[in-house]
Amino acid sequence: MRRIATEKPAILSRLGPYRQSRFLLDVSDAPFLLLMQPEARRLTAHSRRAAAPDHDAAIRGGLAAFLAMLHGAEDGDALFFSGELQISGDTSAVLALRNALDDAELDLTEELAGISGQPLGRWLRRGSALVARKSGFILSRQEVMP
Amino acid sequence: MELVCPAGTPAALRAAVDAGAHTVYCGFADETNARNFPGLNFSREELADGVAYAQTRGAKVLVAINTFPRAGEQMLWHDAVRDAADLGAHAVILADLGLIAHAAEAHPGLRLHLSVQAAAANPDAINFYAQTFGIRRVVLPRVLSVEEITAINREIDVETEVFVFGGLCVMAEGRCSLSSYATGLSPNMNGVCSPASHVTYSDIGGNHEARLGDFLIHRTPKGMPVPYPTLCKGCFTSPDDKGNSQTGHIFEDPVSLDATRLIPALQKAGVSALKIEGRQRSRAYVAQVVRAFRAAVEAAEQGAPMPEGLLARLTEGQAATTGAYAKTWR
Repeated sequence: MRRIATEKPAILSRLGPYRQSRFLLDVSDAPFLLLMQPEARRLTAHSRRAAAPDHDAAIRGGLAAFLAMLHGAEDGDALFFSGELQISGDTSAVLALRNALDDAELDLTEELAGISGQPLGRWLRRGSALVARKSGFILSRQEVMP
Repeated sequence: MELVCPAGTPAALRAAVDAGAHTVYCGFADETNARNFPGLNFSREELADGVAYAQTRGAKVLVAINTFPRAGEQMLWHDAVRDAADLGAHAVILADLGLIAHAAEAHPGLRLHLSVQAAAANPDAINFYAQTFGIRRVVLPRVLSVEEITAINREIDVETEVFVFGGLCVMAEGRCSLSSYATGLSPNMNGVCSPASHVTYSDIGGNHEARLGDFLIHRTPKGMPVPYPTLCKGCFTSPDDKGNSQTGHIFEDPVSLDATRLIPALQKAGVSALKIEGRQRSRAYVAQVVRAFRAAVEAAEQGAPMPEGLLARLTEGQAATTGAYAKTWR
């Protein structure tokens, strides 16, 4: 989170007042809940056995939907209209987050590879492409080909 | 025909240009445009970068300044017109008579387009804007049939632009106050219909519920899609003459416009530009829709058949209509 916030300051500026919001990410096929706090540059995991941590807005859906939206392969509204994503809480905060992340053109594979250094980074990129092919998950940014 | 495509963020602008947009329209991040959503729109610096990106790839950028200035606060709108001109916008899209008069006087070299928010739907209105202020293009409201557009084009000398895809507003645009009654905020003055700040989704008793302000707009069983709650597309229950309750969509169903198959007819009607709605949508939406419509426009120019049904998943309600263009819609 800290690295992304430093490299992509436009995310926080686009969030505006919603940078202080607490976003609960409920990825249905993950064993834990995630709480994102942009202002604090913090992403924490929380057990599903305990009560959900306090939050201002929640987004729920499968991992494939989250990854496809983050990487620009699927439209967030289309996932919402089709019921693959559900939201609750502060709708404005969710919209601000969706728009800020969409503009940031994140690439999770590149972020992890960047942290890992040269040899491990190369391995991660190759491994990510293989996992993406096998699983169908979108693990890197989708480019628009002219 | 020119393909005019939406961009709510710099990433969406680049996606539109890369996918084949001839022209991209966008707005500043404030109340001066009709898509004033959180996290959306452009700073002055982002617009300058966007214009440069588009121009080096042969595309144009239009800036929508299409809300109605409030008395005493008109400088926000005047500054927007000045900055759009200074930053190299190909044209500005305006709706308010006073703002159009100001732009024509203060920026005589700036190309002016008449926004759909001006609701100019007949030759007399369009000719007034053209002769008085030098408007070069009018974006026609989504209430006209192809035959009516043909008739209008015979009586005017300015270009016409029509919507071919996206959210479908069939109210008299720029005049509708439904959202204002429910939220206290006006789409025409504050730049957003059914603002997200007044929208809540909740799960109650096995149903999904969507509310706008104090009003329940949609209730659907869990697992079924819940449309965005706008009053004009709401599903309401009321008693009939005998006291039995009846439930239905009073104004519109939550469907989207898809006029792909009518592109050849619109071309024949003399339409200059085709517009895609959706500045509030993601770069994924923009890329998919623009690519599909660029292919359709090129097919129309070669006299080839129109592709159909490629974009159903991206539409609100997962369903599409040709709207008023073909007059099969109620």
